[in-house]
Amino acid sequence: MPEPLLQLEGVHTHIGPYHILHGVDCAVPQGGLTVLLGRNGAGKTTTLRTIMGLWQASSGRIRFGGADIARMATPDIARTGIAYVPESMAIFTDLTVRENIVLAARSGPVDSARLDWMLGLFPALKKFWNLPAGYLSGGQKQMLAITRAIAEPRRLLLVDEPTKGLAPVMIRSMIEAFRALKQSGETILLVEQNFHAASALGDHVLVMDDGKIVHAGAMGALVADRSLQQRLLGLSLDAHQ
Amino acid sequence: MSEFPSITTEQAQTPLPRSKTDWLPLLLVPALALLALPFVGNPSSWVTLTVAGLAMGMMIFLMASGLTLVFGLMDIINFGHGVFISLGAYATLIVLGPLAAWGKADSLALNLGLMGLCILVAMALTAIVGALFERIIVRPVYGNHLKQILVTMGGLIVTEQLIHAIWGASPIPIALPETLRGAYVVGDIVMERYRVFAVVIGLAVFGGMQLLLNRTRIGLLIRAGVENPEMVEALGYRIRRLFVSVFVAGSALAGLGGVMWAFYRQTLTAGMGMEVMVLVFIVIIIGGLGSVGGCFVGSVLVALVANYVGFLAPKLALVSNILVMALVLVWRPEGLFPVARR
Amino acid sequence: MKPAFLASAQPEDTGPSNGLLLRLLSSDGPRSRALAALLVVIVLGLAATPFLFGGSQPLGTAAKICVFIALAASYDVLLGYTGIVSFAHTMFFGIGGYGVAIALDRLGPTWTSVGLGLLGALALSAALAAAIGLLSLRVRAIFFSMITLAVASAAAVLASQMSTITGGEDGLSFQLPHQLRPAFRLFAEPVLGLSINGRVLAYFLVFFAALAVFLVLLRIVNSPFGRVLQAIRENEFRAEALGYRVVAYRTAASVIAALAATIAGGLLALWLRYNGPDTTLSFSIMIDILLMVVIGGMGTLYGAVIGATLFVLAQSYLQVLMGWANTALTGVPVLPDLVHPDRWLLWLGALFIISVYAFPGGIVGHLRRRH
Repeated sequence: MPEPLLQLEGVHTHIGPYHILHGVDCAVPQGGLTVLLGRNGAGKTTTLRTIMGLWQASSGRIRFGGADIARMATPDIARTGIAYVPESMAIFTDLTVRENIVLAARSGPVDSARLDWMLGLFPALKKFWNLPAGYLSGGQKQMLAITRAIAEPRRLLLVDEPTKGLAPVMIRSMIEAFRALKQSGETILLVEQNFHAASALGDHVLVMDDGKIVHAGAMGALVADRSLQQRLLGLSLDAHQ
Repeated sequence: MSEFPSITTEQAQTPLPRSKTDWLPLLLVPALALLALPFVGNPSSWVTLTVAGLAMGMMIFLMASGLTLVFGLMDIINFGHGVFISLGAYATLIVLGPLAAWGKADSLALNLGLMGLCILVAMALTAIVGALFERIIVRPVYGNHLKQILVTMGGLIVTEQLIHAIWGASPIPIALPETLRGAYVVGDIVMERYRVFAVVIGLAVFGGMQLLLNRTRIGLLIRAGVENPEMVEALGYRIRRLFVSVFVAGSALAGLGGVMWAFYRQTLTAGMGMEVMVLVFIVIIIGGLGSVGGCFVGSVLVALVANYVGFLAPKLALVSNILVMALVLVWRPEGLFPVARR
Repeated sequence: MKPAFLASAQPEDTGPSNGLLLRLLSSDGPRSRALAALLVVIVLGLAATPFLFGGSQPLGTAAKICVFIALAASYDVLLGYTGIVSFAHTMFFGIGGYGVAIALDRLGPTWTSVGLGLLGALALSAALAAAIGLLSLRVRAIFFSMITLAVASAAAVLASQMSTITGGEDGLSFQLPHQLRPAFRLFAEPVLGLSINGRVLAYFLVFFAALAVFLVLLRIVNSPFGRVLQAIRENEFRAEALGYRVVAYRTAASVIAALAATIAGGLLALWLRYNGPDTTLSFSIMIDILLMVVIGGMGTLYGAVIGATLFVLAQSYLQVLMGWANTALTGVPVLPDLVHPDRWLLWLGALFIISVYAFPGGIVGHLRRRH
């Protein structure tokens, strides 16, 4: 089995006086989409932020492409090829859509083929090209946040709940966009509460509870096994289906 | 920038939502100027007052712009910013000492050269001291406003005392270069030359800053950093370095403001920076902490009001600023151009 | 659920004998032997100054210490307990001074004038403090610092410009009520070798009033109200989430501090028989207060006592010391300029910065830790 692209070993994270991650062990293989599931407060967002260095792991190792990034500063982690779409989307509302993307492309102008491809995923962004991103709707902001993450080729995308608060039609187009991203060979770690979206997209699944990984496996196996779903995800799952 | 193909094809038929520029605060300035006209009565006095107000506004803007950016970018409030103004003012002595003849010469070139050198030396000195200040005073208390206020205040005390130790405690008179004295007279309108000079410098710096902020990657980074520094880091930019450069640039701008202010007052005192800081704080509160545009509008607004009121009811001049601030805060509690944050 | 911070702090070393004293101190004792000793020396020293030292200079220094203890303690309610930095404290100090001065100047040297002047000043201070607090604290605590700075400087300009009322730059000199004048004798015979004249009475008025202000402030910071203030200082959002109106509490603290500063200003004016911009209003006094509170120790009123005492003594005697050093170093480059008596603030400023970094608890915090 080839070495996974990203591997967490015994990662603990404290935020102020609170102990959030209690030894996270997991792996994200190269290629495909891994979904991170779990209740509210299980530590999914903290896991992404810890990978990104926005919260420092208090112990444990985070290996990315063979190097330990657990002690690196956020900008250096980003420079190893990880892109991050936070739950808040963190769009720069004062900057135009174009400027948001210009900034995301660190190494210089985006070539027009890549730009066409990105705007092909999210055609709505073209309309607002030179407007401050603050004028976008929630769904459009999410599109911009994802476009920003792929403005240049990256090795891993961390995406935190991209469907949260979106209208069903928007969720469908978001799922389409992630399918297209998968097809183009991106490796994605996706936090998702919406099991429908998660099961439609995921190749692999990780389930978190109380700051630990409690299940790891293929998405298909989880989808097929209702009792496993029941045990891991409880009733909240049925509500989503 | 032509980094992207312009998009004009099939979207052209759908009407774009218009960019809603917030015009209201911008209109305040001309509205105020027009409103003052009937009160002042005499149009030529009005022009003189308006030019004086603009000149003062530009100088305040120079001194305040760096402070507001530093706050916006890293949430650092520097109560010691005033020492950079004082230092910039005293730095003119380094140039005026050996080159006094340039100032006395009746030659515009020599005079402007002298001013240029003063500005250069002052900005270099305040940039260096700003870097030291950031490293020694500010960095250890990042993230704690209370300690920032205290420690930067301490830095102010110490630096003011050092100025006393180096240049002496008594006020030092300085002279304007020959050709910048006096006034331009057009009909019965009198405009002091130095004030026109100050307006030109102020507009040039404001224009430069606008270009930098809107047309360069550094500028984009600063604007993005003001809004969400964490995301800027997550995009792979080292914001610490950006912050230090903005702090240093802000200090140098305060130094430039100090030079302009020094020649305006024609007297140097170590406390002159702290005195004008009162106006600077009012201006950045009015403008919206972190907003350069707001800082510009606020500066001009405050300075115009001070000049008109100073003419109409001299005793109320400084109190008028407090009044302007109170009115603005009642209208917009976050200032004229509130900066979105996380 | 009763939040933990509302539970009253347990006094650590309560013996039956010092129960009354501890009650007077609102169960908030010095909690350090060295600190207790230092405080006893300061209080006894201040009480005994008229009996121990002849001449007017030591008495003047002691009165100034008393006034500044009350002033610094009231500032600490804001800085140490509430966690907000005001630069308008001297404005309230000045309002107290001018209130007493203007009333005595206009209405004649009677106790009624003193009372009326002080009451008027207290009312004005309370109104101003409430207005500033509500206007600025609503948005960001940091606005408060900038706005107080601006308002205070405007007040200083206003006071110097309204010269018909305030005496302008020259200030106001006035007569005191009969009992406080030097010619007044309380007893025919001297007490402990000291004839109790109006000057001595005035001193004790200042002493006991300052003591009362201090004890009242100590009571306030140890009340449930004071604990809410500290909770807000520690975590504004949590306190808000628990249902405390942060703006209201901070504004109330700012009003209380302003009232105490007003009383201190009135006391100083009474003692000096004069009030002017330089004695109560100037920005340099504001800096002095900051130095006193931070070097003495923020968030413990005893720090204000230590800080104010040390500072006033340093102001009076450090310069003498530096004068010697200056003379001794003549001929050495640069150094004499740095130890010139006028540069004493340079060293206090450096001490101030070091205090904020290395000893956030100031002298009191340091003494308590060693204990």
